Amino acid sequence: MANKIPKRIPYFPGCSMATTAKENNQSLNAMCQSLGYKLVELKDWNCCGSSSAHSLNHDLAVDLASRNFSLVPKGKPMLVACPSCLLRLRQAHHRLCQSYDARVRYEHKWGRPFDPTLEIIHYFDLLEHVGLEKHPHLRTLNGLSFVTYYGCMLAQPPDMQHYKAHRGLMEKALIALGAEEKPWGYGARCCGTFLSVVRPEVVTPLIDEIMVDAVQSKADCIVTACSMCHLNLEMRVTSKKKIPVMHFSELLAIALGDAGKKDWFTRHLIDPIPLLRARGIL
Amino acid sequence: MPKPALKLKKLDKSFADKVNRLAHTDSRMCFQCRACYNTCPFVQAMDYSPPAILRLVLLGQEKTVLNSTTIWTCVGCNTCSTICPQRVDMAAVMDALRQIALEQGVMPAQPEALIFHNAILDSIKKYGRTHKLDVMIRYKVKNLDLFSDVDVGLKMFVKRKLDMLPSRVKNLVQVRSLFPNGNGNGKSYGK
Ligand code: SF4
Ligand code: SF4
Repeated sequence: MANKIPKRIPYFPGCSMATTAKENNQSLNAMCQSLGYKLVELKDWNCCGSSSAHSLNHDLAVDLASRNFSLVPKGKPMLVACPSCLLRLRQAHHRLCQSYDARVRYEHKWGRPFDPTLEIIHYFDLLEHVGLEKHPHLRTLNGLSFVTYYGCMLAQPPDMQHYKAHRGLMEKALIALGAEEKPWGYGARCCGTFLSVVRPEVVTPLIDEIMVDAVQSKADCIVTACSMCHLNLEMRVTSKKKIPVMHFSELLAIALGDAGKKDWFTRHLIDPIPLLRARGIL
Repeated sequence: MPKPALKLKKLDKSFADKVNRLAHTDSRMCFQCRACYNTCPFVQAMDYSPPAILRLVLLGQEKTVLNSTTIWTCVGCNTCSTICPQRVDMAAVMDALRQIALEQGVMPAQPEALIFHNAILDSIKKYGRTHKLDVMIRYKVKNLDLFSDVDVGLKMFVKRKLDMLPSRVKNLVQVRSLFPNGNGNGKSYGK
């Protein structure tokens, strides 16, 4: 996967990044820039359909994803930031590869041939490609201790097992940048996604369980690469003791160059500024 | 002798076939090891556990399955599909079951989930993208639940997490054309 990544990468932000998680989007852009890549937003992209289209109508889920595929310049990969969009887009692409009828529909609808070789990559693929550990960084994370929260992004249903699950990538990167890992048991527990709205009474205790274990691990913060996880962790936690939840991209952006914009952190519901100041990172 | 609950000779296999076809998986491979049960984070909130649903599918118990809260509680996190030693794609089975339930007009045992999914799709239809504030308002109005979670909503609002102005697609006609007729003019799924 991702042998050749162009310096200007077609970029699919997804709805969360474009709205609720702007700080994630901005820090991701800053981080890529420090690495010498420019994310070029796909012109007029639409929602990938999220779990809702997938839940109610498979064809609609494929169609919504298809329109986005049709916007990618030929021969270029498509970089996706949100793990949930990534999975939905890859699943739709897989369906298109498998179904002749779906491909005919694609060509009819978008007036161009379907590209079975289109690479749909996550920014983790980019990080692995550049070899972050070897990349010069301007600032160290000063022993900031963390636990990594991947949520469901490491999950691989049978159809998707040919894609790489980047287990351990966040830990490796953060340690290379001077942070310290703490062991814990909740790194791959689902955050509840939409159940957080629909059945808050079910999700709240689960989120509290995650937070309590994170606090017990003696970490300074939880690091996540998913805006949805970030939001659910911050929004649903009720336990008294809690630690900040950082976007992985924010920490990378801080270490690789951009000093970290304070207005990223004022958008957090659990204020990380005192912690970052105490560690001399901000 | 007590009356048997199921007559094995009369089992309807067509339901399992349909589910397998829609889910692109072979649920007959399940050997009930319950790994998925142990790993599903939301099993406590379901009336039938994921492996129980699968067994009911194999036994042709369509009505029970389609009326379960399980299929509307499942969030599709794929934890079960990843751990299954038999490569059964449980999350895809749940997807297939939701679609069959809607197709057959079965009222979801947990309507809030369907209301939420419809609110998301309505938002996509309107803006081409999901707009959180719009989704929340639609969800709350339809669910007649205007006052719960006000504090959480306020917190998010203050932090500018719920933007007033949606990010939207320019070529909305194109996006709207993707929705089937039944859902193209304000109508929602499952109604
Ligand atoms: S993990 Fe797989 S084999 Fe085991 S009970 Fe679940 S579906 Fe069946
Ligand atoms: S996909 Fe559904 S059934 Fe499977 S673990 Fe997640 S919530 Fe449970």
